[in-house]
Amino acid sequence: MPKIIVDGNEIEVPADYTLMQACEAADVEIPRFCFHERLSVAGNCRMCLVELKGAPKPVASCSWLVRDCRPGPNGELPEVKTKSDVAKKARRGVMEFLLINHPLDCPICDQGGECDLQDQAMAFGVDGSRFHENKRAVEDKYIGPLVKTIMTRCIHCTRCVRFTTEIAGVSELGLIGRGEDAEITTYLEAALTSEMQGNVIDLCPVGALTARPYAFHARPWELVKTESVDVMDGVGCAIRVDTRGREVMRILPRLNEAVNEEWISDKTRFIWDGLRTQRLDRPYVKKDGRLTPASWQEAFAAIAAKVKGTDAKKIGAISGELASAEEIFALKSLMAGLGVANTDCRPAHSPLHPASGRASYLFNTSIAGIEDADAIMLIGTNPRKEAPVLNARIRKRFLRGGLEVGLVGAKADLTYPVTYCGAGPDSIQALIDDKSYDGKAERPMVIVGEGALNRPDGAAILSLAAKFAVARGAIREDWNGFNVLHSAAATVGGLDVGFVPGEGGLGTAGMVEAAGTGDLDVLFLMGADEIDMQALGNAFVVYMGSHGDAGAHRADVILPGAAYTEKSGLYVNTEGRVQLGLRAAFPPGEAREDWAILRALSGELGAKLPFDTLVALRAALVAAHPHFALVDEIAESDPKAVEALAGAGGSLDSAPFEPWIDDFYLTNPIARASKVMAECSALAHGLQAEAAE
Amino acid sequence: MSVRRLYNDQPESFAFTPENEAWAEKRVALYPEDRKQSAVIPLLMRAQEQDGWLTRAAIEAIARRLEMPVIRVLEVATFYTQFQLAPVGSKAHIQVCGTTPCMLRGSEDILRVCRTRIAERAHELSADGAFSWEEVECLGACVNAPMVQVGADTYEDLTVESFEAVLDAFDRGETPTPGPQVDRQFAAPEGGATTLTEPALYDGSAPARWEETRAKKAAEAEKAKASEEAKKADKEKPAPPAPPAAEGKGSTGKTAAEGKGTAGKTAAEGKGPDGKTEDGKTADMEAALAKLPADASNEDKANAVGTRPEGLDAPRGEADDLKRIRGIGKVNEGKLNDLGIFHFDQIAAWDEAQIRWVGTYLAFPGRIEREDWVGQAGTLAEGGATEFSKRVDAGDVPSSQE
Repeated sequence: MPKIIVDGNEIEVPADYTLMQACEAADVEIPRFCFHERLSVAGNCRMCLVELKGAPKPVASCSWLVRDCRPGPNGELPEVKTKSDVAKKARRGVMEFLLINHPLDCPICDQGGECDLQDQAMAFGVDGSRFHENKRAVEDKYIGPLVKTIMTRCIHCTRCVRFTTEIAGVSELGLIGRGEDAEITTYLEAALTSEMQGNVIDLCPVGALTARPYAFHARPWELVKTESVDVMDGVGCAIRVDTRGREVMRILPRLNEAVNEEWISDKTRFIWDGLRTQRLDRPYVKKDGRLTPASWQEAFAAIAAKVKGTDAKKIGAISGELASAEEIFALKSLMAGLGVANTDCRPAHSPLHPASGRASYLFNTSIAGIEDADAIMLIGTNPRKEAPVLNARIRKRFLRGGLEVGLVGAKADLTYPVTYCGAGPDSIQALIDDKSYDGKAERPMVIVGEGALNRPDGAAILSLAAKFAVARGAIREDWNGFNVLHSAAATVGGLDVGFVPGEGGLGTAGMVEAAGTGDLDVLFLMGADEIDMQALGNAFVVYMGSHGDAGAHRADVILPGAAYTEKSGLYVNTEGRVQLGLRAAFPPGEAREDWAILRALSGELGAKLPFDTLVALRAALVAAHPHFALVDEIAESDPKAVEALAGAGGSLDSAPFEPWIDDFYLTNPIARASKVMAECSALAHGLQAEAAE
Repeated sequence: MSVRRLYNDQPESFAFTPENEAWAEKRVALYPEDRKQSAVIPLLMRAQEQDGWLTRAAIEAIARRLEMPVIRVLEVATFYTQFQLAPVGSKAHIQVCGTTPCMLRGSEDILRVCRTRIAERAHELSADGAFSWEEVECLGACVNAPMVQVGADTYEDLTVESFEAVLDAFDRGETPTPGPQVDRQFAAPEGGATTLTEPALYDGSAPARWEETRAKKAAEAEKAKASEEAKKADKEKPAPPAPPAAEGKGSTGKTAAEGKGTAGKTAAEGKGPDGKTEDGKTADMEAALAKLPADASNEDKANAVGTRPEGLDAPRGEADDLKRIRGIGKVNEGKLNDLGIFHFDQIAAWDEAQIRWVGTYLAFPGRIEREDWVGQAGTLAEGGATEFSKRVDAGDVPSSQE
């Protein structure tokens, strides 16, 4: 590796490093605006200029490679100076030019306090301007309900253009015009269609692109930051929840190379207004066909009265998509205490079962492992809607070249080209039988989505997919290419806890059906809103949850719970990675954390749970399932489970796979309570969004 | 340049004419299938040539055809000012060069005509829709400034009158003759050639004359070479043991680098084609000096090589300021005055022998010729001034100050 001197320190770096990387390796910070590690190098802001000994002028360190540096006349090492007068003068000059047309509206700018331009002007700029002419003004552009534009502030770094084109995979933003008249816009100011567009807000180094829903709501320094985990999908993105007082003001991504890098989906980012509306803030009990406010005691008494007179076989419990592992464990313990076997955490007809082994329901390759794959077969899934960040990882792998993606299921635009291989199970069978396959893929991946699994013949399809993976050599000692893509944050946690029907118990579909026919009298719904409430017949429904959604409308007793930002809990993402979410705010009104509700209820029902604190509950959970102690890690799973699965077989229905998620923006109760998500949904459906103001 | 946007009133659709369609197909086929977006600029240009301007429908049609995102095509269309994003005059769109050479030669008058006759502002149509205009950057024929471009043609060497005439012709539906609107061919001189005009160049006698000249030069070169060789042979003979010149100029025939203060070349090597050494001594001067004893005075040496110029006992009236001659400072002026030389005309009258004498006497042989004291003195004697004397008169030359 070549050696190079940075500010007097000799370091050794790879030849393909840029000078900026070399400087970072030497712990020297280089200011930059247009450069971003995950985007292509544009080299147009010139803020990263450094002095390179022997070069006639300062060089842009973001695009100058170490291998391009020449040694001195006597073979001296190339020398970079970042603190010399030349470098400082270059930065001051660049900064002065950038500020020529940048408005001095920091006091009314939402970026104020977390603005790269502000910070770098302080660190590297000069105190005044010599420019006395008029500043340029640019018309603001409408680019959708999420990203607000104040285009006069734009410094033309083109990060947003590169992000949408490269990472998000929608070539919609562009830089039109040239020189001083250059403007960032979408074609004819159409709204962006990416479900990852919010990331341009973080990328924008100035206040040109800011969050429209957050506009003028808070200043960064008055927010309390809590590092947590997202529950909008099965990916479990690392997020930071910013709160002021009791209210969540915004949600930002956190860096987690293994999961989301530094991106999050728009649903993750802009869900927060849904946390304030449609909240259940006190218990309700249905009296004379009407839900009336009640005290906790009244609510518990109503439940106890019903449960005590009911046979355990006629009681059921379903946990929802947003529940933490502790809550599911507590619900499971409660149901076990009551002798109830009708328990489920899965969507109707899901064939996934802990008894088949953990590898049978995990995204075994891992999200970072996508980057090693050379062929991917998507079965009954649309990762762009079910897990946008994971989809971006596939696109990242695609951009590197040498990746083939096939799709069995509903056709969709996934932002990368896919070979369409068929619509239903028959096509998978045909692929397995295809003798012309030359087997050149070394690390193939099979990704099975819930659209393929959650149907009556799901078990057979799961087996078929596993068979396909085995046939393609995806199951080896060094490579497990069988993946189940979960769209819900709670499912893997529930499966890990074992919240599936006990002996002789009914699953989700069975419970709904039994409730309809009167064979099930009491149904506990812990945030489960995605089941068909109309089909529940006359069953007594106890709904625990945070939002007045489908479940609450049908409920006979409502127990107000905490939303994911209001409780601490463990979540297991689709890879099987255990992650800890932290409480950022408090639940509204009389709402309580779900585990505490269950603990209190258990006393009333005479099956007292053996823990009084969350810590005790977590300890019990870890004692029962030790891998929950490995936070941020994936416990090893045995790929043999997939081979066993492949041998299971079953009878197939040839019906084509249906898309699992119809409306990306409205998949859970919080999203359905969010005005912003509703607007996005309306836009996505081609409806004219009503002007917000 | 200003902000470029799509025009507000756009046609519904766009399609290439059959022949343009065939052309476009060929054009796209020039590139590999996965690089066909390389054809975006030619196709946009063709669409503009077809419609006169670039419509939104054309941009979208080309984007679809090349499988590019529309925004990428829009970026290209708005970047290049050659793409007209608004309708242009049906008869002519006048692009006036406003860059410096054209501006100096009157493009502002041309622009004034555009403003009054076509439309107040650039890119606006004239009342009848026949004309539009814009100011553009250098059109690349500065020698023919000022100029305008209409479509693929340029009209050069314009005046207000000839530009009006061009516009009139367009208005009548004609296409005026492109090129210079004055009596000149392309960039050739106005009114015909000004050089290489001798008829003898064209009557067929030139080759013979060239032949003659070449033979003469060859003969001269031959002669010079022969004398050079003769001198060289002369040098190679053992030189008489002579002490170096008193002033230290290495001129004994050995390497001069050993002497003080001369260039590091042997005298022989340092000789130019005229047989003089670098410091202006000829071979016979050297020979004459070599005969002198080592302690010979400058005057003796001077006598050996030249003739002492006649001096005056006293200046005729007031003496001239000899310091106005470049090369003569206070010291040399004093020495010349001692020799009885007070006036420019005296110096101007020096012949070669006298120059040699003075040069040797003042211990800088060759300098007088090099600095052309005689010529300078001649100019000054006639009451003229040289560049140097002007500076002296202005007091800019400290060494010439009293």
